[in-house]
Amino acid sequence: MAYSEKVIDHYQNPRNIGTLDKESKTVGTGLVGAPECGDVMRLQIEVDDATGVIKDAKFKTFGCGSAIASSSLATEWLKGKSVDDAMAIDNMEIVEELALPPVKIHCSVLAEDAIKMAINDYRVKQGLEPIEDDKKHY
Amino acid sequence: MNFPIYLDNNSTTPMDPRVLESMLPFFNEKFGNAASRNHSFGWSAEEAVDYAREQVGRLIGSTSKEIIFTSGATEANNLAIKGVYEMYGSQGNHMITVTTEHKATLDACKKVEKMGGEVTYLSPNEDGLINLADLEAAITDKTILITIMYGNNEIGVVQDIKGISAIAKKNGILFHTDATQAVGKIPVDVLADGIDLLSFTAHKMYGPKGVGALYVRRKNPRVKVTSQMDGGGHERGMRSGTLNVPGIVGFGKACEICQNEMADEAVRLGAMRDRLEKELLTMEEAYVNGNAEHRLPHVANISFKFVEGEGLMMGTKDIAVSSGSACTSASLEPSYVLKSLGLDDELAHSSLRFGLGRFTTDEEIDFAVDHVKTAVNKLRDMSPLWEMFKDGIDLKAIEWAEH
Repeated sequence: MAYSEKVIDHYQNPRNIGTLDKESKTVGTGLVGAPECGDVMRLQIEVDDATGVIKDAKFKTFGCGSAIASSSLATEWLKGKSVDDAMAIDNMEIVEELALPPVKIHCSVLAEDAIKMAINDYRVKQGLEPIEDDKKHY
Repeated sequence: MNFPIYLDNNSTTPMDPRVLESMLPFFNEKFGNAASRNHSFGWSAEEAVDYAREQVGRLIGSTSKEIIFTSGATEANNLAIKGVYEMYGSQGNHMITVTTEHKATLDACKKVEKMGGEVTYLSPNEDGLINLADLEAAITDKTILITIMYGNNEIGVVQDIKGISAIAKKNGILFHTDATQAVGKIPVDVLADGIDLLSFTAHKMYGPKGVGALYVRRKNPRVKVTSQMDGGGHERGMRSGTLNVPGIVGFGKACEICQNEMADEAVRLGAMRDRLEKELLTMEEAYVNGNAEHRLPHVANISFKFVEGEGLMMGTKDIAVSSGSACTSASLEPSYVLKSLGLDDELAHSSLRFGLGRFTTDEEIDFAVDHVKTAVNKLRDMSPLWEMFKDGIDLKAIEWAEH
């Protein structure tokens, strides 16, 4: 299969691989996918308490190049965004940016799900209600 | 070194230059139809085919009269399985095979079932070998054919062919083997091995694509198969169609070269394979698939846990290997052979099949080892599953958010 240049770039030079302290109250963790499906994505955000801005984002992904690229791109986009703005990231934006073919759209869906799960994990830790999302896939 | 490095010789092999040279006159100089009886064009083509038939037969210990040329091993398997079913239908309708066979065998067996036959599919052990006791237990008074491959194309495992043929003989059942991966690589002898029908092909042993053969035993017992194509009655009436003279000449030459060089080649490739395997197994959570002892010398199939198959293929693009996976992903089919070994119980691994060949060099093996190690380490560094494994978390205990 031919991958887009952007997918190859993220695969070869993934941004923000790593792990944040999932016990920290300012860190939200989203873990989506399943090993038997061939994709597991973990996305973490660290939120600045005072400003509500995401100051760091990390990912680790088990999956194909498109899954790796989708999560790598997501961490780039998350950094510096407010939690509310992050909640609005739509998987189709990832599809467009990475020029994902139809069979790889699920990779972008996973990334969006991981973002939302991470934000809700953070919200729950902060004593807030999780945000219900009609678009929720997981 | 030329990239990508070709390590997929189980899929096909490049042609040996000596084979190509032997074929060239038969395209436009000696282009005759081997069935033309009335002129020298036909005679010289027939003479070339006769000579090749000797070369091909000699490699497997058969007489030239027992070689039926086909378009390849797929056709040979079809002819053997469906041909036996049709020829011996009055004696029974049951056949026995194994779940790890090539699709050409499995799909021909499916066809037999559609035609009213019954087929038992034996499951191999975890190491790919079958239990002879399972085979004996599967035999009924209606069994007419046992078809079990010699060496497996994905994992290289070599079955106990003599043990299988002894059981077949004792029960008066014909034994067919798909020896596509074994002939020319290890000694195969239809008499010593007790084989009644044997499929093989030229392009797996440095010959041309589009030509293969079915060995059909003529004595003790005399075996016949019903032809699967109607026509001029070539090949003793079992396979009609004008003979592919250049292909057959090349097949013959390829067999002759294998016969002369196979023993040394097996030692050389075996040493290279062992070195490749030893190097890769220095990595954590890397495993050999298939029995490591009863195996073709040039094949290694290795699983790497916590690495996804498609990602691994993308990371190993400088080598041409075959990738299998026991988990489903959008564009990578899981390997039914690895699944048959019970590998689908192991979550999250992918495997690479290395097929070494006549033209593989030590330098290429060194590169492949480094290349694969780098890719696996890189993918593990970014794998949440690898991290969990290293933290001692049981992946099977996690409730995954499946999508």
